[in-house]
Amino acid sequence: MNDVIDPAAWSELEQTAGADFVGELVQTFLEEGPGMLQALRDAHAAGSADDFRRNAHSLKSNGLTFGALGFAAQARALELGGLGAATPAALDELHDTWQGVVVALQERIANG
Amino acid sequence: MAEFQTNAARLLVVDDNRVNRMLLTRGLEQQGHQVACAENGRIALDMMQAGDYDLVLLDIEMPEMDGFQVLERLSADVRLRDLPVVVTSSLEDMAGVVRCIELGAEDYLHKPINGVLLKARVDASLEKKRLRDMQKEMVRRFATSEVAQDLQQSGFALGGRRVQGTVLFADIRGFTTLVESTPPEETIELLNTWYALMFEAINNHGGVVNQMIGDGLMCIFGAPLPVDDHAAQAVHAALDMVAMLQVLNSERAAAGKSQLRIGVGIATGEMVAGYTGTQSRATYTCIGNTVNLAARLESHTKEVGRMILIDPDTCRAVGGRCETEALGAVQLRGKAAPVEVFAVSGAS
Repeated sequence: MNDVIDPAAWSELEQTAGADFVGELVQTFLEEGPGMLQALRDAHAAGSADDFRRNAHSLKSNGLTFGALGFAAQARALELGGLGAATPAALDELHDTWQGVVVALQERIANG
Repeated sequence: MAEFQTNAARLLVVDDNRVNRMLLTRGLEQQGHQVACAENGRIALDMMQAGDYDLVLLDIEMPEMDGFQVLERLSADVRLRDLPVVVTSSLEDMAGVVRCIELGAEDYLHKPINGVLLKARVDASLEKKRLRDMQKEMVRRFATSEVAQDLQQSGFALGGRRVQGTVLFADIRGFTTLVESTPPEETIELLNTWYALMFEAINNHGGVVNQMIGDGLMCIFGAPLPVDDHAAQAVHAALDMVAMLQVLNSERAAAGKSQLRIGVGIATGEMVAGYTGTQSRATYTCIGNTVNLAARLESHTKEVGRMILIDPDTCRAVGGRCETEALGAVQLRGKAAPVEVFAVSGAS
């Protein structure tokens, strides 16, 4: 679990927002995340570079907020590489990492 | 605007990401601020136009209108250009951050935002805004909001420019005698009432009170900001002044006090408007023949027993919209040639 969520970042988030509110934030992220990942795929399929960069940027930003550093790094690579460098495999890899983030965040919340 | 007696301020969070909006809102509300949210730049601009905010926290990467475009629009908007903006983003390149600052952003906070840093930056930006607002308020109090706006838009520079406008001089007849027979406290109160009424009449018609000398006023219609139909506006302001004076006189009559009479002189034409004085102390004023003529006409009201006198250019500009009476050519002091003078008796 610690490999997926950085403890220091998580701790800072809890201190800043309060443990109860972090639960609400995680819930929101888990609701919004699939839509954001789909929007990234849609932008890739449509060849929309701006939408692709913006969605990758947004996923990176949220990943950093929750301490999901590996996920954030993958999203960042897509943001910086842009539409031209993105491959379906890279998108699949981000999606797989997301599944691990979901589990890790749910465990964090369940364990208080 | 929010009261600054407490630390609370009205903040606008602009971010397309729901988690970011929630997190920032939470942090700012914990600091005691009122927070509104917008999910893109277009919505944010609409909200800023419609409401009063003390500070904006602005994301850059957003659909429809991004943060750079918002900053550009704000800097071009006279009312919003001083609204402080703290950019909150996770831009990857320094050039983007520099661009934000160049476009007028007050500060930049990198996401994820540290709570302590957020508080420090928000407090500092609000304090700077409070000082700027105080400074503007001082300028407004001692200049006029129009001059304050002119200073804000064009900056301060000694010198003038030629403008077409109308000048109005007004004062209370027999004020010196009145002062001698009235306690000083009552005189001050009377002057304040007189000024309040006259300012309202003048401001309602787009005029600017440029100078107050004792009981006398010098007003400009058409500078520093242009006023459409400035001659007619000045004449209608003078008629309102007379009407307001009648109301004041009714109150004074009921209190057993003497009646006030005023004289108003109005002239229209070219004048030189600008700042005169020194770099350290200056005033905004208008000079030229038009200004002198208006002052002479005001003085001439005493001779002819009329309340409002105007020059031929004002009379022509007003046309048939006011009842005027030609008093013939008059040799006014300081004028090389006689001037046709007209008395205004009321609106047609």
